[in-house]
Amino acid sequence: MNMLIFLIPIALFLGALGLSAFLWSLKSGQYEDLDGAAWRILEEDSRDQT
Amino acid sequence: MSCCAPGTEGTITRQLPSSEELILSSRIVGPGLRQTELSVPQVHCGTCITAIETSLRALPAVERARVNLSTKRVSIIWKELLGSETTDPGSLVKAITDATGYDTHLFSDGEDSGQKLQRELIRAVALSGFAAANIMLLSVSVWSGADASTRDMFHWISAMIAAPALIYGGRFFYQSAWRALRRGRTNMDVPIALAITLSYAVSVWETIHHGQHAWFDATVSLLFFLLIGRTLDHVMRDRARSAISGLSRLSPRGAMIISEDGSRDYRAVEDIAPGERVAIAMGERVPVDGIVESGTSDMDVSIVNGESAPRAVKTGDALQAGMLSLTGSLVLVATASARDSFLSEIIALMEAAEGGRACYRRIADRAAQIYSPAVHLLALLAFLGWGFFGGDWKQAMLIAIAVLIITCPCALGLAVPVVQVVAAGRLFKNGIMVKDGSAMERLAEIDTVAFDKTGTLTLGKPRLVNLGSVKSDHLAVAAGLATHSRHPLSKALSDIASGSVPVFDEVVEIPGQGLEGRALDAVYRLGNRRFADGDNGAETTAVSSTLEVVLSCDGREVACFLFEDELRPDSRVAIEALAAQGISSGILSGDRQGSVGSLASRLGIARWAAELAPKAKAEFCVSLAEQGHKVLMVGDGINDAPALAAAHVSIAPATAADIGRQAADFVFMHESLEAVPLAINVSRQAGRLIRQNFALAIGYNVIAVPIALAGYATPLIAAIAMSTSSLIVIANALRLNRAGHSTRHVTMKGRHERQTGKARLA
Repeated sequence: MNMLIFLIPIALFLGALGLSAFLWSLKSGQYEDLDGAAWRILEEDSRDQT
Repeated sequence: MSCCAPGTEGTITRQLPSSEELILSSRIVGPGLRQTELSVPQVHCGTCITAIETSLRALPAVERARVNLSTKRVSIIWKELLGSETTDPGSLVKAITDATGYDTHLFSDGEDSGQKLQRELIRAVALSGFAAANIMLLSVSVWSGADASTRDMFHWISAMIAAPALIYGGRFFYQSAWRALRRGRTNMDVPIALAITLSYAVSVWETIHHGQHAWFDATVSLLFFLLIGRTLDHVMRDRARSAISGLSRLSPRGAMIISEDGSRDYRAVEDIAPGERVAIAMGERVPVDGIVESGTSDMDVSIVNGESAPRAVKTGDALQAGMLSLTGSLVLVATASARDSFLSEIIALMEAAEGGRACYRRIADRAAQIYSPAVHLLALLAFLGWGFFGGDWKQAMLIAIAVLIITCPCALGLAVPVVQVVAAGRLFKNGIMVKDGSAMERLAEIDTVAFDKTGTLTLGKPRLVNLGSVKSDHLAVAAGLATHSRHPLSKALSDIASGSVPVFDEVVEIPGQGLEGRALDAVYRLGNRRFADGDNGAETTAVSSTLEVVLSCDGREVACFLFEDELRPDSRVAIEALAAQGISSGILSGDRQGSVGSLASRLGIARWAAELAPKAKAEFCVSLAEQGHKVLMVGDGINDAPALAAAHVSIAPATAADIGRQAADFVFMHESLEAVPLAINVSRQAGRLIRQNFALAIGYNVIAVPIALAGYATPLIAAIAMSTSSLIVIANALRLNRAGHSTRHVTMKGRHERQTGKARLA
């Protein structure tokens, strides 16, 4: 029972971490151009051009 | 990868956006920085990205350039001033064209409200997914037998996780349900909103009273599933919309105004006042209605009234907005502002015609109309029944809630969008964009198709029909002259001639007449009979569907070329396929009787009407609807727009006028007219699957409701039943992808038959 006091917040925290990571990636435009990203990774000259 | 090498796309046919237009549409993003969004529809691979981005970044004025392959757009941020010079944004477009040879269009900004809603929906899905997963974890512990105090604590934690999810994710349903109720209607969202609210309230109440069963898991996972359905529906519409708005705009954004003192000034179309003089260069479209002040030209009027033959205009002739000047430059005196031009007349007609479609109620809403009163009545009966006969009102309440949760249309909420998204995906692969789901429902119902002629059944491109009877050296001479003109007949001539063509000196084009050129001491003329043969030429009397061009040498006729508007590929196959499905076809055209009649007989269409005004076309659709027919209108011109809006459902080709594309429910990108039967076919299949899904969802209720009524429904049972029914519905929808192979087979067969038919003819 005592264990739960730690475990539940930890579980919720990890879940919330995943959620916020997803929301961040959505906001920063990671899903804007999925087709383009697939091609860009194949470019040999991968300077950071943006 | 040579696919994006310069020059592979042949000559650039369309006009690139001008510098003035680019400045007008760009947006200021920082001090001295402007952002321009361009649409490059042909971008399709990694090499294209690199080619465009490197060529743009090589320009000193470019601050940032990024290609988006999914939306086929290029976003460029550029400096207004470079040193002391102002930047010419035309150089940006030129850089793209030089690097790839692709057409570039301006992308109209300000259509991002849908994008915003989509993001909010995805965020809501993420949040409710998080909540559902965590509550489900806690619920598993409860189901596996947590003792009293642990159970209570788990319930409280669940309640706290569920509350924000319900507010954040549930607001879409609450808003929609409230809108429906305020108008005295009910839709699918009413039972959804009621079920999630009541189940949450009861669960909290149970938790406070240390009850055994709480429904938080059911509430939130229900919300999660429903939001997925809602998001899919939205993604489908958004994808189609962004693909359609990426197409080139056919109406100009601005025009060159000549002021009193002769200075020129580029202004937005909305700012042109009546009485002002507008310069229209060769290849430009007329922005507002007006009268020609000086100059002559041949005007392409096909998009305005459906006439396939260009019309010669001279000083004093009236022009309508949307016409394209083919062969000469004109100065126009505006007679109306953009708001009062021909186009706005059409828009008024469209608004008047749209009444019929607004009355259409979607399948899901019609189902909800029967379903939700039935469910609510059932819950009420359960409550009263258990209350009166059982005597325990608290238990009666719990059972009523269980009935509501079990019957909450989770599967129903997914039944329609999942099928429609899969169907739209299949159509998308075949180059057909679907604007929204209700269009597919309407398309499945149609029994009559009305086609426009010019630009829809035909390509609006003339084709030489008497190639066999013309000597090849005459053709070469004609082609040599024709390369100097943008007139569609000239283009057709120069396209068809292969091999070398003679070179002419001093070719002059006389708008409305033809071309004159000099070679080897002879004067060649190519144009209408009167012009080519000089004064001794007889007046042409042919009022048939064919257009003729005469080639003369020193006033003596040497050859006569006959043209006909080229049929859209697979027109015959498409109309036969429609007939096989029991759908009758007809033609509604603004073109002359003769050309419509001959086309109708070529395609085997018995019913046709010619020389129709835009209003008459729309009235035709309305009168058919009054006779009880469901009409599909397929058209492309400005003059078709009212009919597209009036018909039960409508399809436009990608080459259609902007307004036609906006009015249509479907837009097809490929040339082949087979898109029409394919769209109908897929829509009908989708309709069948939707009904099957409804049957599945109702079948599940028939089993689950008695369990709930008997009082045996625990949260565990509810969770299992709901998830399985949702999964079954999704699996059934995915069958549409498998069905795709069989229809493709049919179209392949059709193509094969056509080829053998051709072989037989040859």
